Amino acid sequence: MNIQGKRNIWKDYQKEIATDRYFYVRSCVRQNFFPGSEKAFLRILKEELSRDVYENASHTTCSGIGYHSDVVPFETAMTMVARQFALMTESGYENFTTSCITSFGLYSEILETWHHFPEVEERIREHLLRATGRTFKKPANLSHASDVIFKFRKEIAEKAKHRLINRKTGNPLKVVEHIGCHYSKMFPSKGVGGAEYPYVLVGMIEEWGGEVIDYPERRHCCGFGFRQYLVKANRGYSLACSKKKFESMAPYKPDFILTNCPGCPMFLDRWQYALSEMEGITYGENGFGIPVLTYEELAGLVLGYDPWDLGLQVHQVTVDPLLDKLGVDYDPSAKFTGKNGIDLGKPEPPTFLKFYQNE
Amino acid sequence: MNKSTIVVGGGIAGMTAAGELSRLGVEVTLVEQEQISGGHAACWDRLFPTRRPAEEVISFLREQTDSKVNTFSGRPVTEILHHESMFTATLSDGTILRGESLVLATGYDLFDASRKEEYGYGIYDNVITSAELEGWFKNHQPVRTKNGRIPSRVAFIHCVGSRDEKVGNLYCSKVCCITGVKQAIEVKEALPACDVYSFYMDLRMFDRNFEELYFEAQKNYGINFIRGRLSECSENEDHTLVVKTEDTLTGKPMKMIVDLVVLLVGFVPRSQNTQMLLKLKLITGNDGFLQPEDEHNGDNLTRIPGLFITGAVKGPVTIANAVADARATALQVYSFLHSNR
Repeated sequence: MNIQGKRNIWKDYQKEIATDRYFYVRSCVRQNFFPGSEKAFLRILKEELSRDVYENASHTTCSGIGYHSDVVPFETAMTMVARQFALMTESGYENFTTSCITSFGLYSEILETWHHFPEVEERIREHLLRATGRTFKKPANLSHASDVIFKFRKEIAEKAKHRLINRKTGNPLKVVEHIGCHYSKMFPSKGVGGAEYPYVLVGMIEEWGGEVIDYPERRHCCGFGFRQYLVKANRGYSLACSKKKFESMAPYKPDFILTNCPGCPMFLDRWQYALSEMEGITYGENGFGIPVLTYEELAGLVLGYDPWDLGLQVHQVTVDPLLDKLGVDYDPSAKFTGKNGIDLGKPEPPTFLKFYQNE
Repeated sequence: MNKSTIVVGGGIAGMTAAGELSRLGVEVTLVEQEQISGGHAACWDRLFPTRRPAEEVISFLREQTDSKVNTFSGRPVTEILHHESMFTATLSDGTILRGESLVLATGYDLFDASRKEEYGYGIYDNVITSAELEGWFKNHQPVRTKNGRIPSRVAFIHCVGSRDEKVGNLYCSKVCCITGVKQAIEVKEALPACDVYSFYMDLRMFDRNFEELYFEAQKNYGINFIRGRLSECSENEDHTLVVKTEDTLTGKPMKMIVDLVVLLVGFVPRSQNTQMLLKLKLITGNDGFLQPEDEHNGDNLTRIPGLFITGAVKGPVTIANAVADARATALQVYSFLHSNR
């Protein structure tokens, strides 16, 4: 593979990312899936980088999942998004940053629609005004939270406590990067690096010392295709998609998978367990799975945050072997102790997927 | 003083027009930006559909022009001006040429295959273009993968950069279908044990003996033609390539591992022309190629009397058609020079 070929493409897909004063909107599902990620994002931005990030308690779902599942009409979705823009305007911000990829895709789609069809924007403004009495300005800058971490990847590298180097071998950790479909597949120019060879996560991995794996099913769906998963009868397709990816990436022996979507880490993590129970197969080293991280979790680890503060204990695929490779100093006994000090109880180990280091 | 003309472009059309006009007694100056004349055809080994050596055609044209026309090679034209019925062409070294008429035969560029990002050209070692494969044939270079292995499977991908809204080229490049058939046969001849696949949208075998060659490819060479457009190409650990497509005749998605992918790249308007032609205020079509004054009755004419266009500067064209077009252009130029202007 010729990396220069990719670099030539990356040059064509640079996007402007605001550097401060972010109006941050959370994801509907991420706090359940990976509860430490959004918190880590806020901590990194506010404490490490001294940036102004604002959240508005009145923020609601953008309705993106409903829209993509044909449950919520586009007109309704646009009006709900218009309300989020109104919250941003009322809060005195103009840089809109989303935690969720599907939200980012929907916001991009709506802004693009309004750009090409101003009459639609006018109609939606009327809807919002009649329904809520609100008006709004469109964001001066729209970014996904992974864009923001990408923007500050060098600053994070300067503060790094750990680099993506295997402490035992001295070699760079091998990383699979997986981008959410709604990040740039709909609008390649809206994502760092475009759609075919997205750079947003690659840039973080490179900057923090890791090595990116390009494997044949890199572009394949993670398994969270809405129609595969939300329609119960289709869930076999969801598993089949994830399995196809694991089998394609496994020969490259990745140390972990990095993602920037709410659904991708969920499915790439949990389905490793499901596949192991169904077929007795595991894809990581020594019977473990391949750990799956969000970009905020990875940035947090690089910055030396406690892995249990990052919520890594709720991952289905245990991250402990990865923490050892990184040289993270962690307390295994605190893994299942709540923030209030209460013992949460150890999860029952899976049948085949190795979960505890000293089993 | 003899009637004079400047022919800009020493490819097939330019050489033909220059040779014909010289034969008709016109004082011809031929300008070619490369050191060697012949244009893209000079890089070709054998021509479709008869598979005669390209060198034969180029040699014929060189005989018509060498020592008969004043030739400036290795120097591109940087500016063309039209003033008081005279044309001035300035070359990159400052040489200024003058003529009573001017023929634009500046040809085309090949589509930059890296723009079809999903095909991995420029990224994956074993994704090459049809032009590169033709170069291998011309230089008697064996068909091998980057690391020197004999390929057991080769895939040809049709319509790369042509008939593709995504890259902004809706037009057909005309020559790629038959080029793909010819090259598939040649790969099979070089490597009889190799399986050769051709992924196409539809095959446009429009000219004489094209259809016959397509049948020959299937019947005598066992080339596998699969109707389906490539969706993506990716690389395995061993540098073999995974191609994904849909066989639209059976309605099934396909995934195949091959050793070499050949992208049949189409024509695009020559980027170098843009500024020069803007100054002349010549009209281009939606496809970016030059638009003649009258597509039926004056397809070599422009809005400027004495300025003619010929060959692939007007759009994709085969060599045979470029020759015919250039001959017609030569007659138009001759008539113009002998008219009461």
